[in-house]
Amino acid sequence: MTTETSAGAAPADGAARAAGVPPAPGAPLIEARGLTVRFGKVTALDGLDLMAPPGQVLAVLGPNGAGKTTFVRTIATLVRPDGGQLRVLGRDVAADPAGVRRDIGLAGQFAAVEPAMTGRENLEMTARLFGHGRRAARQAADVTIGQLGLGEVADRRSSTYSGGQRRRLDLGASLVGAPSLLLLDEPTTGLDPAGRREVWDAVRGLSAGGTAILLTTHYLEEADELAEQVVVIDRGRAVAAGALSALKGSIGQDVIEVSVADAALLGPAGDVLLRVTGAQPRLDPAARRARGPAAGGAAELAQVIGELAAARIAVEEIGLRRPTLDEVFLSLTGVRSRS
Amino acid sequence: MSMTQVIVRPARAPGLSGAAMQVTRRALLKYFRTPALSVMSIVQSGLFLFSFRYVFGGAIRTGPVSYVDFLVPAYVATIVLFTGGGIAVAVAEDKASGFTDRLLSLPVPRLSLVLGRTLADSTTNIWSIATTAALGFAFGFRLDGSLAGGLAAFGLCLVYAVVFTVVFIVMGLFAANAQAAQGMSLIAFIFAFISSAYVPATSMPGWLQPFSKYQPITPMVDAVRSLIAGGTSDVGLALAWSALLLVIFTPVALLRYRRP
Repeated sequence: MTTETSAGAAPADGAARAAGVPPAPGAPLIEARGLTVRFGKVTALDGLDLMAPPGQVLAVLGPNGAGKTTFVRTIATLVRPDGGQLRVLGRDVAADPAGVRRDIGLAGQFAAVEPAMTGRENLEMTARLFGHGRRAARQAADVTIGQLGLGEVADRRSSTYSGGQRRRLDLGASLVGAPSLLLLDEPTTGLDPAGRREVWDAVRGLSAGGTAILLTTHYLEEADELAEQVVVIDRGRAVAAGALSALKGSIGQDVIEVSVADAALLGPAGDVLLRVTGAQPRLDPAARRARGPAAGGAAELAQVIGELAAARIAVEEIGLRRPTLDEVFLSLTGVRSRS
Repeated sequence: MSMTQVIVRPARAPGLSGAAMQVTRRALLKYFRTPALSVMSIVQSGLFLFSFRYVFGGAIRTGPVSYVDFLVPAYVATIVLFTGGGIAVAVAEDKASGFTDRLLSLPVPRLSLVLGRTLADSTTNIWSIATTAALGFAFGFRLDGSLAGGLAAFGLCLVYAVVFTVVFIVMGLFAANAQAAQGMSLIAFIFAFISSAYVPATSMPGWLQPFSKYQPITPMVDAVRSLIAGGTSDVGLALAWSALLLVIFTPVALLRYRRP
C-alpha cells in the first residue's frame, strides 16, 4: 500500500486489548510476503505481497478463482501457507495461529449460524467459544443484538430469518469475542438489494465503532460503498493496492457506451467519443457498440449525445455506467480476467 | 442494554471441556428441535421392527428361539448402523455450510470439536437405542434370562454407539457433501445385513459365510445375545473389535477436523 490512512483508533479496542492478548501496537493489518498456498496442482496464492495499514476497511477485489477466499482462509488460520510469510496484526499465522484466532472474527461465504437455535442462543454459544463466561457471554450477545438491530428477532429461531437478518446474525457471531479484525468473505453474495443494504449499513456501523474490517467482494460497487483501502487480486497475486480514492483514476472511471443502429455508423460514433472524451474508445463491431472512459461523467455524456445527433448517427442505446470488474482488470493487468 | 456498552475481550481462550460442551449442546439442540431427525429415528425403528417381525419373520427359521427374541437384541445392537447416516450427513453439512470453519476460526482447543461431536452423537445414539429397545418390548420381545444380563447387553450396545459414532464422523469428514455422506453410510448396511443379526449366518450360501463370520458385526451381535441368555461368549471379541475400531478411527477424525 502506498497511502497511509489516519487510523481511527477505537475506544472499544483499547479496553479489549487490555483484557486480551494485545496485538503489536501500530502493527499493519496484514503483512504478506511471497505468500503461497497450493491445493495439489492448483496454486491458489502465488507469492502474494501485501502491506495493509492499520485500521479502517480493506476490500479485497478479484474475479472468481482469483484467490480471495483462500487469502481470507489463510488469514483465519484455516489454511496453512506452503510458502512465504503472513502476519496478521503483527502475529505470524504459522508461528502463533492460536493468537491470531483470538484477534480475528470470521464470517465466511455462507452464514454459519445454527438454524435450530435462536439468534440469541447462537450469539451466546459463539461468545462462550471465544472464552467468555456465562454472564459475559449473555452481555456480549445483548450488546451485539443492539448493535446490529436484531432486537425484534433475537428470540426467534434463526431458520425463520430473512437472508439479510441471517447475515447480520452471522456478522454478530464473529463480533462477540471483541476481535481486532473482522474478516468478511463476500458478505452480500446471494442477498437481494434490500438485504445487501442491511449488511452494508451494519458494516459501516461497525467500522465507525472502530473495528478494522477486511472484506472480499467481486462487486466494485460494494468496495466503493464500504472501503477506504483496496487490494485487487488476480491469479493469486496482488496486482494493485492502495487507497480507493487514489486508485479511482485508473479503476473507478465511468464508461460511456454507445450502440449504433447500423454497423457502418460505428466508426463515426467512435470518432465522436474520441473527440469529446479525449480517450480512444474500444469498438465491438459484432455488437455494433463503442465504449470509452468518461472522466467528465454526465457532462461528457450530454455532449456526446448532442454531437451524435448533430452528426445524424442513429443510436439504439447510450448510457453512462460504472466500469465492470472485467474492465478494471483489463486496465490493471492488460489481460482479460477469466469469468 | 445500551448501544454504548462495550464487549471486553475474554481474558482467556476457552478450555477443552467448556468448548466441547458448547459443541455438544448445539448438536443436541439441533437434533431434538428437528423432528425430522429425532422423531424419524423412532418411526424408522418401528417400521423396521414391524417388517421383520411380521413380514419376513415368518419365513426365517431360528430353531428353538422365537424370531422376535432373535431379532430384537440384534436390532438394538445394530441400530446405530442405520441411524449413523444422520451423523455422517450432519458432519458433512457442517463442513459445507461453513459451520466447521467458524469453529476452527475460534480460539477453541481443536480436540473439543471431535469430543463435542462424539458426545452429542453418542447421546442421540443412546436415544435411538433406548427407544428401539422399548419398541422391541412393545413388539413382543421378552427377557428370558436375568435382568443383570439384560442390562449388561444394553450397556454393550451403548459401547457400540460410541464406537460407530466415531466411524460415521470420519465418513462425514471425508464426504464431499451431504449426499455423498448419505451414500457412504450405506456401506454400514452391508455389514449389518451380511451378519448373524437378522438371519442365522448358517442359512447364507457358503461363499458368503466367511464374510459374515469374520466381520465385526457378527461377534458384536452374538455377544449381546449371549449376555441376554446369561452367558459371556463373544463378549471379549466384541470389545476387542470395538477397541480396534476406536484406535483406527479416532486419530483419523482428529487429524481430519484439524485441517478440513
